[in-house]
Amino acid sequence: MSSLHEFPATDHGLLRFLTCGSVDDGKSTLIGRLLYDTKTILADTLHAIAATSQRRGLSELDLSLLTDGLQAEREQGITIDVAYRYFSTGTRKYIIADAPGHEQYTRNMVTAASTAHLAIILVDARRGVQTQTRRHSYLAHLVGIPHLVVAINKMDLVDYDQAVFERIRGEYLDFAARLGIKDVRFIPLSALHGDNLVERGERLDWYTGPTLLELLETTPAAHTERPESFRFPVQYVRRPRDAANPELHDYRGYMGRVESGEIAVGDPVLALPSGRTSRVRDIQIGGVSQSSAMHEQSVSLLLEDALDISRGDLLVRPDEAPPTVRELEAHVCWLAETPLSPACTYVLRHTTREVRARVRRITHRLDLNRLEHEPAVQLDMNDIARVSLTLAQPIFPDPYTLNRATGAFILIDESTNDTVGAGMIIEPGASPAP
Amino acid sequence: MSTLDTRTLSHLDWLEADAIHILREVVGQCANPALLFSGGKDSVCLLRLAEKAFRPGALPCPLLHIDTGHNYPEVIAFRDRRAAELDARLIVRSVEDSMARGSVVLRHPNESRNRHQSVTLLEAIAEFGFDACIGGARRDEEKARAKERIMSFRDAFGQWDPKNQRPELWSLYNARVHPGENIRAFPISDWTELDVWHYIQREGLELPSIYFAHRRPVVHANGLLRPVTPLTPAQPGETVEELRVRFRTVGDITCTAPVASEADTLDAILAETALTTLSERGATRLDDHASESSMEDRKKAGYF
Repeated sequence: MSSLHEFPATDHGLLRFLTCGSVDDGKSTLIGRLLYDTKTILADTLHAIAATSQRRGLSELDLSLLTDGLQAEREQGITIDVAYRYFSTGTRKYIIADAPGHEQYTRNMVTAASTAHLAIILVDARRGVQTQTRRHSYLAHLVGIPHLVVAINKMDLVDYDQAVFERIRGEYLDFAARLGIKDVRFIPLSALHGDNLVERGERLDWYTGPTLLELLETTPAAHTERPESFRFPVQYVRRPRDAANPELHDYRGYMGRVESGEIAVGDPVLALPSGRTSRVRDIQIGGVSQSSAMHEQSVSLLLEDALDISRGDLLVRPDEAPPTVRELEAHVCWLAETPLSPACTYVLRHTTREVRARVRRITHRLDLNRLEHEPAVQLDMNDIARVSLTLAQPIFPDPYTLNRATGAFILIDESTNDTVGAGMIIEPGASPAP
Repeated sequence: MSTLDTRTLSHLDWLEADAIHILREVVGQCANPALLFSGGKDSVCLLRLAEKAFRPGALPCPLLHIDTGHNYPEVIAFRDRRAAELDARLIVRSVEDSMARGSVVLRHPNESRNRHQSVTLLEAIAEFGFDACIGGARRDEEKARAKERIMSFRDAFGQWDPKNQRPELWSLYNARVHPGENIRAFPISDWTELDVWHYIQREGLELPSIYFAHRRPVVHANGLLRPVTPLTPAQPGETVEELRVRFRTVGDITCTAPVASEADTLDAILAETALTTLSERGATRLDDHASESSMEDRKKAGYF
């Protein structure tokens, strides 16, 4: 770890993770410590924090000041919005989404979780599993974060006692099993003293597992843990008409990102909704050809046949096409002050496709404190519910648990253009038409 | 034919693919976007990403620069040459024109024009009817930026409301606006200063010469080096020294400070960037020290 900022000799890509926890269980200190121990915080930033800590009469350096960026947050001493932080080790770049812990900010947690591949859930060793712990774990699970790490923090305040750690671990595993959470790891640590974050420390010698950073470094990257189908939503169709360049006369590039799977020149593709098929003639980035493209690459696909394809269409392999549906069952997290109403029509954005949608039925709302279902006729901000939707035009989705890119959607209020809902598809088209 | 593919993109390839995706979303969703190009290193990366996103053929949007009239001539020459090489349409709007119109009034003749760029930008947006402006801001630059969306909504007055931002989930960006409103899109939000330098090196991108170490007269002021120019002359009592310096960030002459450096190649700059103990803005900005929230205040008023 001596050359933290050098260009990685072996580049293990990028890991996006989320930190969540209740107020005061040391989340900001944990992030501050990770940044500090990986030498990401620079001297002037540290001086600014030291000055502010002193001005507020704090005896120690308050590393949490690193993450509170907005005036209102500093005034109130709370974190309102998701903040993104960055650090790099010799081998990986990390993007931290720091979600506020307050109960009313479920929507921020869902936002931060939507792009995360791992979640660190903080538990105060003195308090054990709290309602907030269960909420955060459930949300992380619902939003499909494949790897959960329960960081049992403030071990220094319980004398680094293994029995405390084991008791919390057992308690957590009990409810995790009920929620169907499988991949979960436990680390005892002290963010304040830096035990088990980057350095192992000596006071937790009974713990033989990885440190937090070791765990982050070895977590498999997204898309590499199970086979995936090729999904290519078309973002933009390029037909450059350049009189000076006759080679471009027939150029028709379908631009987009490979959301999952891979594709090679010569492979057959099926275009949806048209149902027409063709083969890949060329794959380009910036006009330069390559023989194949894999998940997460932004490319242009050129096909052998001139198909009528536009933004919002989807290219797939003919033998693994998703269903074409106008009915959906989904979990929806409501994000807006104005409640969700079955009387309203919303714009539903799925990949690059926009259709009109109406909520036909709210099956039940989730009580995030008791983790139980309850009946509901409307959804308020921060509510999560299972709903049935009817769409004005078809979409081509996968279940969210199989594909986060093609299983997710947002709802937009057309009068304000605000993003008002976030949806995760449970079963595409499984419910009978009304 | 689902097979397990355990390959991953390198972090630079991932950042590049992500930025291209964002650029294409702006162009796919918005009717009339513009790409802000100042000749600075972040916008040089942005321009390269736009080439990769949209080649072959012309860029699908014009380049826009808001010129304070106080930029280094090397940078302006570079800006014009790059735009010409790419055969791109370059629109330049000047703070001096806003001053002539009376929409920008300086409190005193020597006041920095930097924050007044917001007015000229809003005037340019109105003049051309741009519904989106693509910029090279990064979240690692400053605390207020760390909380800004990749597609950041601005109302008809160009204002950013940090407490009322549109939720941004997955890669489902919402760039919808009503007439008069505007989206500021930041495709390299998740890049750090070091990522930018690595990308410039990998792609072999050209930069204005003042990014590399050169001799320049400077004075020491408030812990920073202030360049001595006709706009920023030495004050009584200040000692002018000629030092080897380079700029880490390039902007208005009155508010951008160089750092002492011998780094005259990209390799040397990368080595220095990796070892620096000062953040990019901390080391170079003469205007961010006023208060804990000066950037947030400027952004609320329409600043980029």
